[in-house]
Amino acid sequence: MPAIFTPTDTDRKRPHADDGDHGSGRRPPYDDGLKRTGGGGDNDNDNWNDRPAGRRGPREKLERYRLGLFFALAGDLMFFVAIISTFFVTKSSGHFDAYDRYINEWLPTAIPRILWLNTAVLFLSSVTVEMARRRMFHQFDVMEEWFGLGKPTAKRAMPWVIATIVLGIAFLLGQTVAWRQLAQEHVFLKSNPSSHFFYLITYTHAIHLLVGIAGLAMALVGLFASKQIENRQILVDCAAWYWHSMGFLWLFLFVLLAYFQ
Amino acid sequence: MMGTPQSGATVRPRKIRWLFSTDHHVIGLQYLALACVAVTVGVGLSLFMRLHLIAPDFVVPGHGPILPEDYLALVTLHGTLMLFFVLTTAPQSGFGNLILPAQIGSRRMAFPGLNAAGFWTTALALVVLLGSTFVQGGAAISGWTAYPPLSAIAAAGPGQGLGMDLWLGSIALFAVGTGIASVNTLTTVIRFRCEGMTWERLPLTVWAWFTAALLSLIAFSVLLAALVLLFLDRHAATGFFVPQGDVLSSVVRAAAVHGNGSPLLWLHLFWFFGHPEVYIAILPGMGLTSMLLANFSRRRVYAYQMMIATTLLIGGLGILVWGHHMFVAGLNPFVGTAFSISTMAIALPSAAKVLSWLATTWRSRPHFATPMLFSLGFVSFFVVGGLSGPILAQPILDQYLHNTFFVVAHFHLIMAMAGVFGLFAGVYYYFPLIAGRYLSEGLGRVHFWGTLGGAYATFLPMHMTGLAGEPRHYAQLTGIPNAAARLLAQTLPLQRHISYAAFFLAASQLPFVWNVIRSARWGDLAQPNPWNATTLEWHPALAPFAEEGSSSDEQIVAYCSPCAYDPGAGWAGFTPQWQEIPASNVKRE
Ligand code: HEM
Ligand SMILES: [Cu+2]
Repeated sequence: MPAIFTPTDTDRKRPHADDGDHGSGRRPPYDDGLKRTGGGGDNDNDNWNDRPAGRRGPREKLERYRLGLFFALAGDLMFFVAIISTFFVTKSSGHFDAYDRYINEWLPTAIPRILWLNTAVLFLSSVTVEMARRRMFHQFDVMEEWFGLGKPTAKRAMPWVIATIVLGIAFLLGQTVAWRQLAQEHVFLKSNPSSHFFYLITYTHAIHLLVGIAGLAMALVGLFASKQIENRQILVDCAAWYWHSMGFLWLFLFVLLAYFQ
Repeated sequence: MMGTPQSGATVRPRKIRWLFSTDHHVIGLQYLALACVAVTVGVGLSLFMRLHLIAPDFVVPGHGPILPEDYLALVTLHGTLMLFFVLTTAPQSGFGNLILPAQIGSRRMAFPGLNAAGFWTTALALVVLLGSTFVQGGAAISGWTAYPPLSAIAAAGPGQGLGMDLWLGSIALFAVGTGIASVNTLTTVIRFRCEGMTWERLPLTVWAWFTAALLSLIAFSVLLAALVLLFLDRHAATGFFVPQGDVLSSVVRAAAVHGNGSPLLWLHLFWFFGHPEVYIAILPGMGLTSMLLANFSRRRVYAYQMMIATTLLIGGLGILVWGHHMFVAGLNPFVGTAFSISTMAIALPSAAKVLSWLATTWRSRPHFATPMLFSLGFVSFFVVGGLSGPILAQPILDQYLHNTFFVVAHFHLIMAMAGVFGLFAGVYYYFPLIAGRYLSEGLGRVHFWGTLGGAYATFLPMHMTGLAGEPRHYAQLTGIPNAAARLLAQTLPLQRHISYAAFFLAASQLPFVWNVIRSARWGDLAQPNPWNATTLEWHPALAPFAEEGSSSDEQIVAYCSPCAYDPGAGWAGFTPQWQEIPASNVKRE
């Protein structure tokens, strides 16, 4: 263009796709956050992010499910944050009786010893589920599957998934033992402010673990039933991350119950 | 397309397939239909309330006179329906499903099956809520906030037994459904943006839906926890919310039954959800308003990036200010001051938004189509309703105004009316996209002016009756022989005016209903991009209900930010996001 063609004002303001973008959009993320396709092509095409959704690389679907799971877990975390805040508020509040004395009825619930054992079991189950998860991404096995040589990943992950389920059930059984021990000491859900929380926290966590076991069972079924390795990876991966979260959450809740009552 | 005839043989299976579809367009329409049911019932209930206030002796055919507990049930059901099932579902899930994927250049949502599950959970919640009217003792009467200790004790009164349980169950289901929808929305926005759709190029509507989804995820989980605790208080004899020595019908509840709880605790948990909830309801309308004002003024959104920032800021601050709902509930005065300051801080991003809307339209030559009118209506309600916010945010003034109709006026203007105007703007704007036909402009204008006038005539005088001391949730204002009643009796003429205006407001919706029914069948056929819009939902390849096979799988690319209009070129001057920018333009300067 000859220099005399000064762009008009409106032209200058119109957003362009390059650096001189005067609109609010910046350049598309060619460089920052670049995820290489591994195709080694020219620079323009060497980024998974530039591909249409559905063609953004071998792990696209997996990452989507993971992200969804993490958002769901973030919501779930807020559920427990609410309960734990209530725990601290209730613990530090009381009332005045007829003689104007301040009464705080909080009687710390002595946690049954078996909870220590349960915690160890749950920790172990986190290890086994991580083993299962890693098996699903073992490179040689994945390659073999792609070449059509059976389902080595499924075979290797299966025992670990089963082990996790067994340990999870063991944990839940351990919890029922703890509840029964407390009941023998006549500590029930309704007994006092502190026992409300002991039961509330352990029950809700147990329900979450039941969901986790259902997830692991689904993954187990999927290992055999599902034809696509991608779907099997997703099943195991998401079940495992969920399980880890519940294990980590339990550590936190356990410390809360054991030391902060 | 919606109105096209189908051959008789295929109608049946197709309808069933529609019902259980996982297509996000269909789910969006389903959410809108659900909101239609809720809003119809909700408006009907509010008319009964207004009727009762001016004619307390009126006998409802088939029911009898409206008793005080009936009135409370009406208040509760109206509030719950409107807030949850209309203002939360329609803008966020309804339009979010219909429009959001296309606006980011995607053909689908991240989790279609989950999406459908979310809708059906929500629908079940509505059924449970409506069903609670028919059980013994009637619907819950604790207001949409369900304050304990009333709500925590089944024997507290009518509606506090099974009715309250069903209310809790319904809202719990609703919370789960909304959580599911939020996960879907967030993942979709993060993962399914098309090439070139950077965060800064996202339409403001998408930013609004994104922020609202984040808020939903945080807030509804807390509500769910609170509901669980309340349910345990009711049925497992725990005492989270019931205070020691609580007196009910002059009987002291024994400590053995209920412990050391505090109703204030429920207020904290509830409003930690409740305040973000009002922003969940309004943010999508804000985003839509920004985009529509720009579209019909043929201007860029003024300070686009700041608008993104204020959206996020409103969301962030919105989580921090719940305590202003509790100024009069026994909050520590120092805490009250903190909440007062943080509440007033929200006025800043809110005012920034208003400034941007004004600056966008200022001295442009706007095209006053019906969607534009409704967007301007949104701005007017936001300003008028918002001005009373900082007033209420002062604990001292709130001491007097709380639990009066002043607060009712505040939230009806800013949330109910602004929210509904956002919805109407969306319906008028997107109708051509969904149905392939235009809504009638003439009927639209009648609808707009009727609704605008009716809304102001109804809700502005409520400030006055509130200042005169008219309490909320009171079934009858006359008949109590004391000075306060004499004072209130003076508001009766105004009460009558408000009620007539409310009937007028409801009647003003009839042109709209007729317009939708008529236009879906016989409206003028629409152009592909009738408003000369720049955002991707108008991309020819993304037409929502295109005949099967006609949609190509052409790759969608966003080449520039939205709202690139050329004011000099009038209505025709615009650069849609999908238009490749000529190389000669790119290299200029
Ligand atoms: C998006 C806009 C807004 C919406 C949808 C909204 C909605 C509401 C609703 C529904 C209530 C009453 C809740 C109830 O008791 O049932 C309320 C109360 C209140 N609002 Fe807003 N509001 C908005 C903006 C604001 C702003 C900008 C401020 C202050 C700067 C504000 C300050 C307050 C205060 C202090 C109360 C408590 C009044 C009381 O209960 O005594 N609001 N709002
Ligand atoms: Cu608030």
